[in-house]
Amino acid sequence: MSDQIILNNENMVTSKTSVSVLFAGDSGDGMQLTGTQFANTVAVYGSDLNTFPNFPSEIRAPAGTISGVSGFQLQFGSKAVYTPGAKFDVMVAMNAAALKANLKNLHHGGIILANTDGFDAKNLKLAGYGEENNPLDDGTLKDYTVFTIPVVTLTRKALADTGLSTKNIDRCKNMFVLGTLYWLYSLPIETTIETLRTKFKKKADVAEANIKAVKAGYNFGDETEMFSQHGRFSVDPANKKPGIYRRVTGNEASAIGLTAAAKKAGIELFLGSYPITPASEILQTLSGLKKWGVKTFQAEDEIAGVLTSIGASYGGALAATNTSGPGLALKAEGLGLAMILEVPLVVVNVQRGGPSTGLPTKPEQSDLFIAMFGRHGDAPVPIIAATSPVDCFYAAYEAAKIAVEYMTPVICLTDGYLALSSEPMLIPSPEDLAEITPKLAKARNEDDPPYLPYKRDDRGVREWAIPGTKGLEHRIGGLEKQHETGHVSHDPENHALMTRLRAEKVERVIDLVPDQTIDNGPENGDLLVLGWGSTYGAIKIAVEQALAGGCNVAHAHLRYLNPFPKNLGQILGNYKKILIPENNNGQLIHIIRDKFQIEPIGFSKVQGLPFNEMEIEAKITDILKEL
Amino acid sequence: MSDTNTLLTAKDFTSSQEPKWCPGCGDHAVLQQLKNAMADLGLKPEEVIVVSGIGCSSRLPYYVSTYGVHGIHGRAMAMASGLKTARPDLSVWVATGDGDALSIGGNHYIHTVRRNLDMNVILFNNEIYGLTKGQYSPTSKVGLKTVTSPNGVVDYPMNTAALTLGSGGTFVARVLDRDGKFMREVFKRAAHHKGTSVVEIYQNCPIYNDGAFAVFTDKERKADTTVYLEQDKPLVFGAQQDKGIKLDGFTPVIVDLTDSSVSKDDLWIHDEKDKLKANILAGFFDDPDTMENCLPRPIGIFYVEDRFTYENALDEQIAQAQSGGEGTLEELLAGPSTWTIK
Repeated sequence: MSDQIILNNENMVTSKTSVSVLFAGDSGDGMQLTGTQFANTVAVYGSDLNTFPNFPSEIRAPAGTISGVSGFQLQFGSKAVYTPGAKFDVMVAMNAAALKANLKNLHHGGIILANTDGFDAKNLKLAGYGEENNPLDDGTLKDYTVFTIPVVTLTRKALADTGLSTKNIDRCKNMFVLGTLYWLYSLPIETTIETLRTKFKKKADVAEANIKAVKAGYNFGDETEMFSQHGRFSVDPANKKPGIYRRVTGNEASAIGLTAAAKKAGIELFLGSYPITPASEILQTLSGLKKWGVKTFQAEDEIAGVLTSIGASYGGALAATNTSGPGLALKAEGLGLAMILEVPLVVVNVQRGGPSTGLPTKPEQSDLFIAMFGRHGDAPVPIIAATSPVDCFYAAYEAAKIAVEYMTPVICLTDGYLALSSEPMLIPSPEDLAEITPKLAKARNEDDPPYLPYKRDDRGVREWAIPGTKGLEHRIGGLEKQHETGHVSHDPENHALMTRLRAEKVERVIDLVPDQTIDNGPENGDLLVLGWGSTYGAIKIAVEQALAGGCNVAHAHLRYLNPFPKNLGQILGNYKKILIPENNNGQLIHIIRDKFQIEPIGFSKVQGLPFNEMEIEAKITDILKEL
Repeated sequence: MSDTNTLLTAKDFTSSQEPKWCPGCGDHAVLQQLKNAMADLGLKPEEVIVVSGIGCSSRLPYYVSTYGVHGIHGRAMAMASGLKTARPDLSVWVATGDGDALSIGGNHYIHTVRRNLDMNVILFNNEIYGLTKGQYSPTSKVGLKTVTSPNGVVDYPMNTAALTLGSGGTFVARVLDRDGKFMREVFKRAAHHKGTSVVEIYQNCPIYNDGAFAVFTDKERKADTTVYLEQDKPLVFGAQQDKGIKLDGFTPVIVDLTDSSVSKDDLWIHDEKDKLKANILAGFFDDPDTMENCLPRPIGIFYVEDRFTYENALDEQIAQAQSGGEGTLEELLAGPSTWTIK
């Protein structure tokens, strides 16, 4: 990166194209809030950004320990930002444990803002450094730029006259650090001040104390001699498409996508769901959208989550259920029922580390097989995978469109990384969203011929007969049904026919699937990196960098996993080698190998961590060397 | 809904599909009374939906000319709950069995009952798995010899009425498959009740568990082994109506009404609004075949409670949230906080 140095009257300002920041502290230190404030500020400032929270799976892990460390990472930049950053450039460490837990991911030469009040004997011992070994002054950090700030002491001094208790004053320490960071990155403090006034509308004294802390932290930057050697930094606004933006996490985006689809289709949204990490925020978000008529049903278990949805779907609602791996396993029988009933249903599966309880708070892409094959009998369903937090909106929306228009369950795959990450979303106008047209059966009179619930149109799709409609009374179920009439049938030929018709219908979803495109790189050449889902950002950057380094490499990213785009086979044939990076032990590679009879190169990462661009770029380089 | 309907009869609720239950199965009688009740209630076929799980009784939706869904094993209650939540306007009936509702679907059963959605659960209890050919069920009596209990069942049986009350049920009833007219009336009461109504039917399986309820249905023994619950009436039973039940503290005791020292005024008066008494009644669960002079098995409506229904409460919350107008798609997409890039 070409950092430009500008000298001004007070401090030298170094311009950066992107910066990755980690706010780390004890889970009680308010790091998520601090990170969120910083994200909002850079967003309004016009940067592109991507955030990722990292918090302990224990709700109240022991204070001061490594397991109690809560982190919030974000990357912001003047060009497109696709990930929270493989490593961070600057780290705020509110205590010794936060430093110890995260130092390995700080860039060599990176900046540490350490709260010295969190490095007393007790904190050092809890962090495992030993009471006598303070990393801040024993040479441990000699490769980094360390700024030591007694944050608690300074906050108390600044807020001494507020009349608040020491406990409440100490709660503002995160705002002090935030202020200092705003100063360091030449960012305005106004966005945070406005937010604090709104957030603490009913507690003006708390609002003012927090604002005072932000200002004190900012002024501290101005006044202290500490930064004079390194100066300040700035990141120009990104050249983003003009428009109105909001910030969304993947889970929020999924929830909004489903609701928007229901609105667009003119039907009610019903979500049957059982809380599960990392999918619960979808249920939480939707339960707060009653103003949009959304009905959520917190079911007694995962099975009831999908079955209540199937019931609602039979009743004419756009029905969805959300879950993560273990829950998808429990919903398998229900999905088979929805498949044979041929009712619309969207399953948003937020993948996490498995099998079993596995790594519940860590992302993985290891549910592709269960999504594709995890039902008894011949029961194919369409599958879409979101590529970014914002894409969770569009993936959920498209899943709903396919479900309604093809009368089928659809699985929408996201993961814990997308679910919790956030990025700016250019708000679409309602007209920009594709129409969703349910194919509703019309009421019939007594002298009309009997209603045939499984009569299909030329796409193989049956009608949706909504209970309450006169003349459409019909009985359907999980038993094999006779072609067209839907009556129970054990006839061998009929079963063969119905199995084929159901599979063909899912195959015909291909008509809605746009052709696969090459995201970056040549249309044919040495190497194609074929990704799916949340690896988009890491692959995008890796291929960009490899191309800049003269490599013959391209990037294609799959969103439609069943059915695949029509031209996928043709694209795969245009490259000498195909590399498939996956956060699993090799799943897409099996499906590609089986479907296209080619031998791609697999690249697995199953550490409960997303890929970073360096890993992928190194792999690309290695492969190309051997060609 | 009205109880008088000149337009429709049970025939109008009969589908084109011939019931495939065994001859002599109690399910035939239940189906007939259900259709009778639906006609009596003045329901329109297009407004009715019957939901079921898996098992012999769960085939029922195919035989009723309304809307119907035959789901998967144990999940009828969950499916019906989602349907009723999405469509409070429909008349929702659940056909389920002892295995479907109480074994594989036990979790859905207890939670559906406590949520109190306005729907009617017809629980066919034959104390056996019929469709899978004769394995014991969670309601089978201890000692019952079946294909999976050749030496006799050692599982203690589940008490449906006690479970339902314990789960917060608001309408708890038990009927016998032989009591057609009585069943029809209880179905109608169940339909009128705003909440989850559970009607347990002691239903004979002539193939795998024939006579399981004979002790309660045989003419000779019925009068001594059952007590019919009537609102505001004393608990009296016996062939000559010569036995009564009174409460000694919280303990029910059988008294001889021919004894001149016993006054009818001291008898237990049935009050279906009294939860404590309903719980004691549910405990009348001893087996007259194995215990002499045990308390008779109550038949009828144990308990009725007026309580808010899940779907209405949810709809009220939605109405409240929409009091300032329904959210638009534009508002949804914009969310609470935006910024503009020029």
